[in-house]
Amino acid sequence: MEDALQLIISKYNYWIYITLMMIGLWGVIAKNNLVKKIVGMSIFQTAIILFFVSMGMKKGATIPILLHGHAAHSSPHAAEYINPLPHVLMLTAIVVAVSTLGVALALAVKVYRRYGTLEEDEILEQIRKS
Amino acid sequence: MKLLGLAIVAVTGAFLIWATGEFPDWGDPHSPASLHVSPRYIEKTLEETSVPNAVTSVLADYRGYDTMFETTVIFAAGVSCFILLRLFGKEEPDTVHYRHLLTGLTIRVRRKREGLEQLGEFERMDSVWTPHDLILRTLSRFLIPFIQLFALYVIAHGHHSPGGGFQGGVILGASLILMAISQDMKSALDRLGERTLAMLSAIGVSVYAGTGALCLVLGSNFLDYAALAEIFRVDPVEARSLGIFLVEVGVGIAVMATMILIYHNLASQGRLDEGL
Repeated sequence: MEDALQLIISKYNYWIYITLMMIGLWGVIAKNNLVKKIVGMSIFQTAIILFFVSMGMKKGATIPILLHGHAAHSSPHAAEYINPLPHVLMLTAIVVAVSTLGVALALAVKVYRRYGTLEEDEILEQIRKS
Repeated sequence: MKLLGLAIVAVTGAFLIWATGEFPDWGDPHSPASLHVSPRYIEKTLEETSVPNAVTSVLADYRGYDTMFETTVIFAAGVSCFILLRLFGKEEPDTVHYRHLLTGLTIRVRRKREGLEQLGEFERMDSVWTPHDLILRTLSRFLIPFIQLFALYVIAHGHHSPGGGFQGGVILGASLILMAISQDMKSALDRLGERTLAMLSAIGVSVYAGTGALCLVLGSNFLDYAALAEIFRVDPVEARSLGIFLVEVGVGIAVMATMILIYHNLASQGRLDEGL
């Protein structure tokens, strides 16, 4: 029982991201509507971003902005600050995700203009007919 | 098909959850991700770049190439949105816009119909007259300057507090998108036209790449800001901090212009007339 509780406490964050990621994957695979697929893709990206940010977490550490000036001691210790690298990677990934979402929606608008629908099966039917 | 999808999702999820047994515990200071390069970044950033915010110094200095090409990706996304959606022809004159008075919905009708107006529920719209809401307009006019000021603060103070070009650029873009939503797209475009936006997003990327090239011209590596010490007349460590600031300004301009460009093209489906 103790072990199980310990396992849940130390790993539950991964389970949350995996659940979110699978919701996104399900949206991309199974949904018929293109906009719903795009929403699924966004949820997937969010899960990855949360996963990366949580990898940078260290217990008992603060945000990676170093204390400086007279009050701080001269050489900072890595254990006192959380890992800045995942934050950097995700900072750019969030903005790139927004831009790619824009491109995906633009493509959806184009598809709608051409076929008059966003349902995948109806589009495929129209392609087969022509 | 749905069952197959569900099976794939369930199997993948089960495998991933099984694999988490090998993952480091949450908040473990000795996890592999925190052992290799990140201690060096934290311990050397003040000494090497004089920037206390490790995220900013890693973003713009240690991983400068990465960020430069991320900015290029954003620029490319803006350009491809523009190419995909922008329509240059005039809208066909036989379509007429009506607004439903009760719900505020706007509909477009192929030919002008007298019947709709006589129902009493619809109101004819044209490109000169657009619906407006007094409270929304006044409040957003009041808020936008503060949002923009905050955005500039986020860009400029990125060295000492959470912030930087990406975040500040997005806030700056959001302020103009708020203007386009709360008033109408025409007045937002009067302030910052399409041509200016496209130029600005290109200028932002050029500022970043130009800072790198300037270092190259001054006889150092690409994006090695220590070379800028000759121009700014400061010591090389201080010059890195100033170089990072230049780069962040470039990123901010590029992100702002691209966000607004994508919004305008998406919201009006490339006609840039009325928007949402």
